[in-house]
Amino acid sequence: MPIEVLMPALSPTMTEGKLSNWLKKEGDAVKAGDVLAEIETDKATMEVEAVDEGTLGKILVAAGTEGVAVNTPIAILLEEGESASDAKPAPKAAEPSPAKEEAEAEAPKAAAAPAAPKASVPASDEDRYFASTRTQTVREALRDAMAEEMRLDKKVFLMGEEVAQYQGAYKVSQGLLDEFGAKRVIDTPITEQGFAGLATGAAFKKLRPIVEFMTFNFAMQAIDQILNSAAKTLYMSGGQMGCPIVFRGPNGAASRVGAQHSQCYASWYAHCPGLKVVAPWSAADAKGLLKSAIRDDNPIIFLENELLYGQSFEVPESEEFVVPIGKAKIVRAGSDVTIVAFSIMVGRALQAAEKLAEQGIEAEVIDLRTIRPLDTETIINSVKKTNRLVSCEEGWPYAGIGSELAALMMEECFDHLDAPVKRVSGADVPLPYAANLEKMALPQADHIIEAAKAVCYR
Amino acid sequence: MASVSAKSKAAASPAAKRAGKPAATKAAPKNSTSKAASPQELKHFYREMLLIRRFEEKAGQLYGMGLIGGFCHLYIGQEAVVVGMQAAIGEGDSVVTSYRDHGHMLATGMESRGVMAELTGRSGGYSRGKGGSMHMFSREKNFYGGHGIVGAQVPIGTGIAFANQYEGNDRVCLTYMGDGAVNQGQVYESFNMAALWKLPVVYVIENNQYGMGTSVQRAAAGRDLAERGYAYGIPGEVVDGMNVLTVKAAAEKAVAYARAGKGPYILEMKTYRYRGHSMSDPAKYRSKEEVNKMRQERDPIDNVRKMLMDAGITEDDLKVIDRDVKDIVTDAADFAQSSPEPDPSELWTDILVEA
Repeated sequence: MPIEVLMPALSPTMTEGKLSNWLKKEGDAVKAGDVLAEIETDKATMEVEAVDEGTLGKILVAAGTEGVAVNTPIAILLEEGESASDAKPAPKAAEPSPAKEEAEAEAPKAAAAPAAPKASVPASDEDRYFASTRTQTVREALRDAMAEEMRLDKKVFLMGEEVAQYQGAYKVSQGLLDEFGAKRVIDTPITEQGFAGLATGAAFKKLRPIVEFMTFNFAMQAIDQILNSAAKTLYMSGGQMGCPIVFRGPNGAASRVGAQHSQCYASWYAHCPGLKVVAPWSAADAKGLLKSAIRDDNPIIFLENELLYGQSFEVPESEEFVVPIGKAKIVRAGSDVTIVAFSIMVGRALQAAEKLAEQGIEAEVIDLRTIRPLDTETIINSVKKTNRLVSCEEGWPYAGIGSELAALMMEECFDHLDAPVKRVSGADVPLPYAANLEKMALPQADHIIEAAKAVCYR
Repeated sequence: MASVSAKSKAAASPAAKRAGKPAATKAAPKNSTSKAASPQELKHFYREMLLIRRFEEKAGQLYGMGLIGGFCHLYIGQEAVVVGMQAAIGEGDSVVTSYRDHGHMLATGMESRGVMAELTGRSGGYSRGKGGSMHMFSREKNFYGGHGIVGAQVPIGTGIAFANQYEGNDRVCLTYMGDGAVNQGQVYESFNMAALWKLPVVYVIENNQYGMGTSVQRAAAGRDLAERGYAYGIPGEVVDGMNVLTVKAAAEKAVAYARAGKGPYILEMKTYRYRGHSMSDPAKYRSKEEVNKMRQERDPIDNVRKMLMDAGITEDDLKVIDRDVKDIVTDAADFAQSSPEPDPSELWTDILVEA
């Protein structure tokens, strides 16, 4: 039986990749362990090795093909005595993996982002920049934000694990070393507390560091420096020691990486005076907010999301485009229920809103964008109109952002509420590894639909 | 094999040569005092150390009167360390330390009034009453705190040195820590990066023999703390921290090394604190005799006093200094009691830098 060589998944979040190059050609003898091809994933260029012995009978996907889904047959390996004609015609594409399905469902059509609203979304100062846009991934937008700010201000530098020579563990810092050199794009040892503290000291001395944590899970090693040194020193020094620093990196669940690598830190950092906490969803906001964060004179926690890195959105061409910290965005206008979300949950909230519309419920979706300081005005004004609020977050419910929103409703909107606030959140458990359990533990669009219907008494 | 080659490389370094014979816990390491100090310089040291001592004694009194609250860690006994170190640095060099910080602030030239008023939590304090004993800063004097978490100032000082290197100036950062901090993980993360990137930082370990109530022998494995950087190729030296001249000589060498771009340097100051860890520490973990012996035989201020007498300075000359210092401290204490408490509106300021 000829053996199908399948497009491999080479990272936890990879759903498709580019077949960059074949290193063997048809007819070549192959031993197990031989490198067959090079594949570009969402994170890196990887080599695909043969696991069986044989002859490379047929190449099914040509070098240079982009967007090859995981599990698509890419070649046929023949055992002794077989010929290429023995091979069945390859299927067009393999069944998409569940991850792929979700990613597609989540990814809004680039041209439509931020989701074309039915009712009118209020105009804002940011709108004029959207006259001229380009389609970009969140990853590219973040890189451009850093590059543009580094060009403007020599005091800005990037430091973290694998940010320089490796081009970023998630490729966010791709190309920055080439442009800015090793002085300003600095690979650190794997010592989060040490380099977070070092960067904080540099910020006290008026440099403007961007500290990349490979993920925010590892920033727990550094949380003493972030809170006790970076966040509190301005106050403790009577205003003398400002700390202009950005701590950024992916936050929240990725895909099947288990409890220690899947956690949302929004409420942890939002708890603390002295910090600003930002968590964008779209590429435009990622870029505009990161630029604002780098220019800000305060310590900023900038929470990204690994699953969003590869998603594309329309991003203004202008380098002048910045998004103010502390301003939420109504991404879909509606009159029946207010759905508040941030980061990856915005995509799910928009999906939910579309389904709700089919059932006659018009949801207003607010992307918080900044978690602290919270844009209470936008939320309150929306609830005064809809009289209902559903909060969405990937993190745990206990003392979460949803709890804060519920308190805000009690304090500021009590007389406007027609139903108790509903919180949609991650399950109150360490995130499990098993695919089915993980899915159960993370909030999905269906949970939001259910909550929205409940507050509408439907 | 990597470890073997690293070892042989280290053996060839000057650092390892110094490690040769462990002096372990023996007091009074023999250091060179390079050249003899002038009476002028000795007088300056005497005055600086005496100011710290009298200031700390006054702080102790005010604490006893309930005018200073919270934690208050006195520096009495260790004065030669900061005064000697300060003599080796210049304009633009920075200092950062832990919570036993009053002496460091006075040594950098910060005003006694502002420091004392911060201790009493008044608006005239360096942090306008919002920092307290452990959290004072002065951009003007390049003093970067005042840090309350054991060891946390070490990455910060390393970062200040990083900033100096980044800006291309030749300034260094003195980063102080106690013998207790030396066991913290982030200290080694800092040593590693400082050595890797040759950052202009001098780490000053003030080994006063006790991390709160635990003696160094009971807390720290290995030999001298000065050796703690050897694995990273950082030279280290044990210094008699009760003698301001040996401190200054060692400091000059270390600072020159860091300033020349050769990387970090570690000085372990063998010193002693006469008082408890903080005001609330009865210090029952050591004997009265131990403390008295140190005070009688090794006191850094008495040392310099003797040197001055030997150099022909009279008792009357010294009395002038004593009186002067006393006046400064009295004035600081008066100011610290008369300066008003911070305005209630201060509660809400300095949380974020307003755009």
